[in-house]
Amino acid sequence: MGQTAAESLLDEALGLVAGAEDERTLDDVRVRFLGKKGALTAQLKELGKLPPEERREAGQAVNRAKQSLEQAIQARAGELGRKRLAEQLAAESVDVTLPGRRHEAGGPHPVSRALDRLLVIFRQLGFDVATGPEVEDDYFNFEALNFPPHHPARAMHDTFYLPDGRLLRTHTSPVQIRVMKEQAPPVRIIAPGRVFRSDSDQTHTPQFHQVEGLLVDRDVTFADLKGLLSDFVNAFFEDDLEVRLRPSYFPFTEPSAEVDVRWRNADGTPGNWLEVLGCGMVHPNVLTNCGIDPETYTGYAFGLGVERFAMLRYRVDDLRLFFDNDLRFLRQFR
Amino acid sequence: MKISYRWLTEWADTDLAADEVAERFTLAGLEVDSVEPVAPPLDGVVVGEIVTVEPHPDADRLRVCTVRGDSEERTIVCGAPNARVGLKAPLATLGTKLPGGMKIKPAKLRGVASAGMLCSEPELGLGEDSSGLMELPADAPVGESLTDYLGLDDCVLEIDLTPNRADCLSVRGLARELGAIDGCVVHSPAMEAVEAESERSVEIELQSPEDCPRYIGRVIEGINPQAATPTWMVEKLRRSGIRSLGPIVDVTNYVLLELGQPMHAFDLSRITGGIRVRRAGKGERITLLDGQEVEPDEDMLLIADHEKPLALGGVMGGLDSAVGESTSDILLESAWFNPVVISGRARRLGLATESAHRFERGVDPQLQHTAVERATALILDIAGGRAGPVIEKRLDEYLPETAPVRLRLNRLNRVLGSELEGDEVAGILGRLDMNVKRDGDDFVVRAPSARRDIEIEADLIEEVARIYGYDRLPSQRPGGRLSLRVPAETQLPERFLREQLAARGYQQVMTWSFVGLDQLEKLGLHEGAQPLANPLSRDMAVLRTSLLPGVIEVAGRNLRRQHDTFRLFECGACFTAGESGFDERQRLGLLMTGSVRAEHFSESARAIDFFDLKGEIEHLLERNAVAGPVQFRRCERDWLHPGQSAELIIDGQSAGWLGQLHPALEKELDLDQAVFVAELDIASISQSNLPAHHDTGRFPAIRRDLAVVVADKHAAAELLETLHKEVGDLLEKTVIFDQYRGKGIESGCRSLAIGLIFRHVSRTLKDSEVDDLIDRLVARLEERFDAKLRG
Repeated sequence: MGQTAAESLLDEALGLVAGAEDERTLDDVRVRFLGKKGALTAQLKELGKLPPEERREAGQAVNRAKQSLEQAIQARAGELGRKRLAEQLAAESVDVTLPGRRHEAGGPHPVSRALDRLLVIFRQLGFDVATGPEVEDDYFNFEALNFPPHHPARAMHDTFYLPDGRLLRTHTSPVQIRVMKEQAPPVRIIAPGRVFRSDSDQTHTPQFHQVEGLLVDRDVTFADLKGLLSDFVNAFFEDDLEVRLRPSYFPFTEPSAEVDVRWRNADGTPGNWLEVLGCGMVHPNVLTNCGIDPETYTGYAFGLGVERFAMLRYRVDDLRLFFDNDLRFLRQFR
Repeated sequence: MKISYRWLTEWADTDLAADEVAERFTLAGLEVDSVEPVAPPLDGVVVGEIVTVEPHPDADRLRVCTVRGDSEERTIVCGAPNARVGLKAPLATLGTKLPGGMKIKPAKLRGVASAGMLCSEPELGLGEDSSGLMELPADAPVGESLTDYLGLDDCVLEIDLTPNRADCLSVRGLARELGAIDGCVVHSPAMEAVEAESERSVEIELQSPEDCPRYIGRVIEGINPQAATPTWMVEKLRRSGIRSLGPIVDVTNYVLLELGQPMHAFDLSRITGGIRVRRAGKGERITLLDGQEVEPDEDMLLIADHEKPLALGGVMGGLDSAVGESTSDILLESAWFNPVVISGRARRLGLATESAHRFERGVDPQLQHTAVERATALILDIAGGRAGPVIEKRLDEYLPETAPVRLRLNRLNRVLGSELEGDEVAGILGRLDMNVKRDGDDFVVRAPSARRDIEIEADLIEEVARIYGYDRLPSQRPGGRLSLRVPAETQLPERFLREQLAARGYQQVMTWSFVGLDQLEKLGLHEGAQPLANPLSRDMAVLRTSLLPGVIEVAGRNLRRQHDTFRLFECGACFTAGESGFDERQRLGLLMTGSVRAEHFSESARAIDFFDLKGEIEHLLERNAVAGPVQFRRCERDWLHPGQSAELIIDGQSAGWLGQLHPALEKELDLDQAVFVAELDIASISQSNLPAHHDTGRFPAIRRDLAVVVADKHAAAELLETLHKEVGDLLEKTVIFDQYRGKGIESGCRSLAIGLIFRHVSRTLKDSEVDDLIDRLVARLEERFDAKLRG
């Protein structure tokens, strides 16, 4: 016995499925063979006409053919679906090298950036940030800091005055006094802020930023100060630079020192000593002025110019660029 | 202070070379700024002598000289007016290269051969007098190298002294310091008292003894007005930057440099009566040595006679009583002035003198006698004359004393973190010429009278540390007691604000805290502007009341530099003075201009408008979760577009303003595009609420849209507020998704389309109850705002 009718229908149908190039054609095939009036459906209907002993086998054959065809149609539908999606996606492709839709990025001012870094380091060293007003009076800016009236040390601070005798702070050291008057030792603060000197030339701007540090506690020594500043400088510059303290004079510290850093030349060899900080042990008169007994407590203080650190860190060679606010300059630091 | 290394070594027997001295000084706190040779190399320049001078046959201005030098006589053509027979002058021999680069070769000048060159000071880099040949003393050895003869193999140390070290403003002080650092022997040149040879004296009255408790005068009469200052002295002065002005003045300057005592010499014939040291009276005037006529303030000290001021005490002498070319009788002054009466006075008169510089820092109160003897001896030596007796007026109760200071070894080591031994400490103090009484680890120290800066134990600790060497002291890694002081979580740090702004495209700028008053007036921001008493310039005359002038200026500058789209911010203090007192506040300034987004191929650029700016601020406030309800209210500000300006209100308090810069101002300031600006009070936007969780429910929301026509005078915010008030918590959110004016809408009105989102926390809302709510809301809007539902 040769092929059954169902088998030959299946062959025909499979041929059509394979040849269907779109989902509509495929559906036509389904309707033609499996629809209510489809050819295979008709075969099922005709089973009744067969003698009972043949019915079972013929029925199975038709059902097998139906099942095979359904599977083939489903598989082909999947293929065609994927193909259609692929075509659609291909049509949607963009040139990913074209620029994105955006606005220009902003960023911090370089002085701000350097200041933030300074503060991160000192915070890790346990210093709290303290601030104070920019308009100060003589007491906080000078007198309490042991500047005698009329002393030439005051002349080193070219001071801006208001007509009533108040002044623009020449350093952030007044914050020391404000904190020590409020808080009993241990005091461990860092005071960042804007300061003013009536001086303007190539290397001076009438305003700049300072960070002042102060630590007062029992048994604070000059050795602690040396160690702290050395660690700080090398943390800031991420380097292993030689740091030296050199005797100097500030009315509010005794002993006082300037801190020099042995800079590195471009080729990595040791370069010149650069002065980067002023520091010292808090003058006993300053502690006394704040109601702290200098016999019980000692302390150190240090102050640095943020612009100076920013210049060294980011290789800025002209101080005045910081206040010129040219976007092409500023955007280099974001 | 500039000082010759060779002069220093006359006092201190050091083996250190000049640059080693410089290094040691610097590390001991006397910062040496430079070490410069006193003269350029002058190989080939010798002492020459003019033997004959003949006129030049072809040139009126030139002369033909025969000059003796290192070898045989030679002919030199010379144009100097002071070329004369017998003159000794520097001779640059053939082959010499002068400092200016000129090489001396045989030459013909107008037909006469010249074999060498006679030189002036500037040609040798030795001075500024270009009027003629540099004249050497008659006893200068002909043929000797000029470098050897003048001791030019020397360096000048320029030392930048801190104001506490007045004692180092002299060779004597620096030598002592070097002795302490280096351990070398320090000795003073022989200085002996000069016996009086005449009786001449002058009456001295100390009328202001607190200002001047010690004044020594001495008459010297019959000095030779023609005498010349010896070359060695001229050279030493020159190396300290002081010009020779005749023997008397030179000697006073020499003593100033050598010992640190500023002195003055008066022409005795100009003094009437005697000397009175007193404060200036009202309206008194004096013409000073520099020719300037001044009217000293009443807190300034005068040296006067019985009729007139002679000198501004401790600052500068007067012209009238100055020693001149014909002066033969003088009065020398060697006084101690209280720093308090000198300090700042010279600067107030626009003067800076060596004398005031020393007196205001404090001169050794025991030095005056030595100085007057030293000066007398030098003057007699150089210019002859007969010295009178030393006239001293002194009131000891007003002279500063050098009190003994106690130093405890354990305190020293406790401050320095060191383990220094008593012997080492005693040794250092001794080398500093301090008188030390030691009792075990307890020292009682008396500093030399020149050291005005040693007052308390800490000063001695610094002295020991400095001489021992800061670099040799121990160093200790950070440690110590920590205490935790953390700002409240609800207090937002400024850095948080700055980072958000940077992320949203704002570039931080920093502008001056002072601006010109006219700049503020132009903007209408001048109210309460605080002027400075001593501004640098007119355009930096007042403290800024706002960040606006600064950021606008930056915007203008960058627009002119071809940037057309940018966003700026600045954080900083603003200041206002008013009846309610002085106010200093940290403010945040914002500026945006240009397009909303960077140029992009896919879309046409849209210019920034008010709502872009407002959105930025809303975003910031939302992100910071500011405490208290936020409102934007229409406002008028002189500097803002009257129709596009708003005041920000947080919790009922004004927290800033925003809007478009007034178009008239944009024009006036040459800004050729719209600029949007805002200024917020940082404290107001930095206070946030601590989040507290509440149940948001899991039930679905229902949205209904309403379009109402309402008169323009009613602000959208009022409508929304009314809606929320009416419904309460059930109305989760409202959104205005359309605004329409024009066709179909009565003029003066607009249609607002509002989306209302309702949600119940604990159940699903029924359509019917939402319908009821909407009916209520429509009725409410109609009642309050005469709003009509749009058909």
